[in-house]
Amino acid sequence: MTSLRKCFQSQWSTKELLLTIGFFIFIAVVLMADAASANEIGHDHPPSRRAAVNPSFGHVVRVLTLQDYNTRVVLLGTVLLGISGGIVGTFMLMRRRSLVGDVVGHTALPGIAVAFLVMEAISPGQGRWFPGLMMGAFIASLLGLVLTTLIRKYSRIREDAAMAIVLSIFFGFGIALFTIIQNIPTGNAAGLNHFIFGKAASLVAADVKFIGWSSLAVLVMSLLLFKEFALLCFDEDFATTQGWPVLILDLSLMLMVVTVGIVGVQSVGLLLVAAMFIIPAVAARFWSDRLLWMTIISAVLGGVSAALGVIASALVPRLSAGAIIVLMGTFFFVLSLILGTRRGVLRRWLIQLHLRRKTARLDLMRACYEYLEPLIIKANGRAASLMTKQTLEFNRLLGMRTWSRRRFNLALKLAGDADLIYSLSPTKFRLTETGANEARRVVRNHRLWELYLIHYADVAPSHVDRDADTIEHVLSADLITELNLLLAERFPHMTVPPSPHAIDPHIIESTEEPAASAVDP
Amino acid sequence: MIDDSRVDADEYPEWSPLSIHDMTVAYHRRSVLWDIDYHAPPGQLVAIVGPNGSGKTTLIKASLDLVPKLSGGVRFFGKPYRQQRDRVAYVPQRGSVDWDFPVNALDVVTMGLYRKIGWCMPVTRKYRQMALDSLDRVGMAAYARRQISQLSGGQQQRVFLARALAQDAELYLMDEPFVGVDAATERAIISILHELRSAGKTALVVHHDLQTVKEYFDHVMLLNMRLVATGPTSDVFTPENLKKTFGGKLALLDQVGTRMSIGEGGK
Repeated sequence: MTSLRKCFQSQWSTKELLLTIGFFIFIAVVLMADAASANEIGHDHPPSRRAAVNPSFGHVVRVLTLQDYNTRVVLLGTVLLGISGGIVGTFMLMRRRSLVGDVVGHTALPGIAVAFLVMEAISPGQGRWFPGLMMGAFIASLLGLVLTTLIRKYSRIREDAAMAIVLSIFFGFGIALFTIIQNIPTGNAAGLNHFIFGKAASLVAADVKFIGWSSLAVLVMSLLLFKEFALLCFDEDFATTQGWPVLILDLSLMLMVVTVGIVGVQSVGLLLVAAMFIIPAVAARFWSDRLLWMTIISAVLGGVSAALGVIASALVPRLSAGAIIVLMGTFFFVLSLILGTRRGVLRRWLIQLHLRRKTARLDLMRACYEYLEPLIIKANGRAASLMTKQTLEFNRLLGMRTWSRRRFNLALKLAGDADLIYSLSPTKFRLTETGANEARRVVRNHRLWELYLIHYADVAPSHVDRDADTIEHVLSADLITELNLLLAERFPHMTVPPSPHAIDPHIIESTEEPAASAVDP
Repeated sequence: MIDDSRVDADEYPEWSPLSIHDMTVAYHRRSVLWDIDYHAPPGQLVAIVGPNGSGKTTLIKASLDLVPKLSGGVRFFGKPYRQQRDRVAYVPQRGSVDWDFPVNALDVVTMGLYRKIGWCMPVTRKYRQMALDSLDRVGMAAYARRQISQLSGGQQQRVFLARALAQDAELYLMDEPFVGVDAATERAIISILHELRSAGKTALVVHHDLQTVKEYFDHVMLLNMRLVATGPTSDVFTPENLKKTFGGKLALLDQVGTRMSIGEGGK
């Protein structure tokens, strides 16, 4: 039960996650609407619009078979980006720094703007020199992350608040600079907007080479330092005592995030780049309980989302690849949320259903035994045949526990299906041979556990019953064996230990000493 | 640097697994520990006892350089911690990590060996076997492949203990290992402590259960922001010293005193 309860208390708040995802969907829809309206207003060529809606068959084939050199280049670059985003995102999620991607994206904006202004000042008209802009973005993002770390370290502001502050300030500053740039007469700022919303289609071979090298660096680094990063994410203090340079490891992680983030800004846009980190990682968590597998799954999901996004945007002109990549990621996230083999909603629901049914059946068996217990005690050991010969009445059994009629009926049906009981009439039934054995077993386990709690855990005897009810159903076989051994020392004469608390008095006629008159084999 | 120059064999004797000299620690301008002077006896089980907020955890963390010291110094076997990492193992409080992390019990124990494995090297079968042996010592070999969130509190504590055992150190610093554990785990930890003592190793254990101090530990260190008393349990663990340590909480103390005398009468 504890493990199950833990299962239900997911560590990252699902509500927050859904809100984030919702926000990304909103952005994506806005972008698509923007692209569509641009189509309508900006172009007065009806054929191109028709092509936007219905790409020709030949075009589809050409894209899907990657005959187009340009598509190939863009696809390769974006997939590499998706893969490294997925890998780095896993570490970020595990380090509880899910917002880092957002910080990198947003803080890149003023970097790009300042780099543009500086380059324009040096040689007018050359402001859009790509490596220069990237360098500006890189420096600004790194500055943002360092600032976040400093704020957290030297003030009592929490890390999430520090991140929110830094990214807002940088982004606001960047927007202000962009307004200035737009008003410079010489400034040709047309291409700069790509950085905000991203334009994967604008990738050229040189960019892909750059992305390729960065991704390779990230891949090699995370492979080599996998166990070090895992240790850092799991137990930072322990890593420190073991002499690992925690600060350097942390900085390397940040460097990886900034590298992937900056590279991603060009194709996905600085607003959506965070999604490339976090969505695949969160989705992967639903499928695996091992960090290595989670990282691999996250990388695959990131890569596949990126590929699907690029192909979709190549098929439909003016469709922003970045938005589709995020939407694809969201699709995989929802799929994982439901179907995930480790923490998927469906799996949890099935486990709970199974447990509920098992509980109902065991409760019924216990009630049956307690119903018959006075007779068993009187029979003094010759109970085996007695249990299967006695008729049990529906209404008296229903009154023995606080359960609803519906739940009671479910328990009866399940026990009947399992051949534990058979009915004589709608209100009367008997235990089968299997049922009698099962009832004895269940009560024995239950009472072993009660005694264990009383003797070893200082639980007040009056509080035991309810706890025992829940824990009994998750007792493992080896624990039962251990308890049996423990109790055999104390009660060598018992097969079924007597109940340590009085069973509902109106059920047992001889309430005087239910515990003393134990079943004696 | 200044510390190194005034290393003194009297202040930091080599025989003592942990020597603390004039240590003061403060958080946010409020001092938590004042002028602690202490030499841990070698080959003994030592309980660190004190009320909540008395600085027990801080003492361990400051010794291990996890929190900064305002003044004073700490040596392990006569040398600074950074030269003695291999001889010291640390078992943090169970609540200090996220048990929902995607690793299994064996992975966590293997982390105790990462230092031996070294930078960038993968975890080979040899090390996995070492980790498994450690898990076996705490009776958890059967749970090696289980995800850590599916372990009970006591089992999680034993995994942490196994990680420290894997380090094969000479001094073990344990922070509240007995908190919230089941009877089976308590017995497992005790038997491990006895094994360690038989092997000539030292354990400093932050302990909260006054009733079991006499039974489990040879030495005791009573702490309440300052060092109240330290020495063999039979000499130091007295009602007067406890009163000095726990101060105004007399009702609790009387209760404990009664229970202790009952416990002794029963023996």
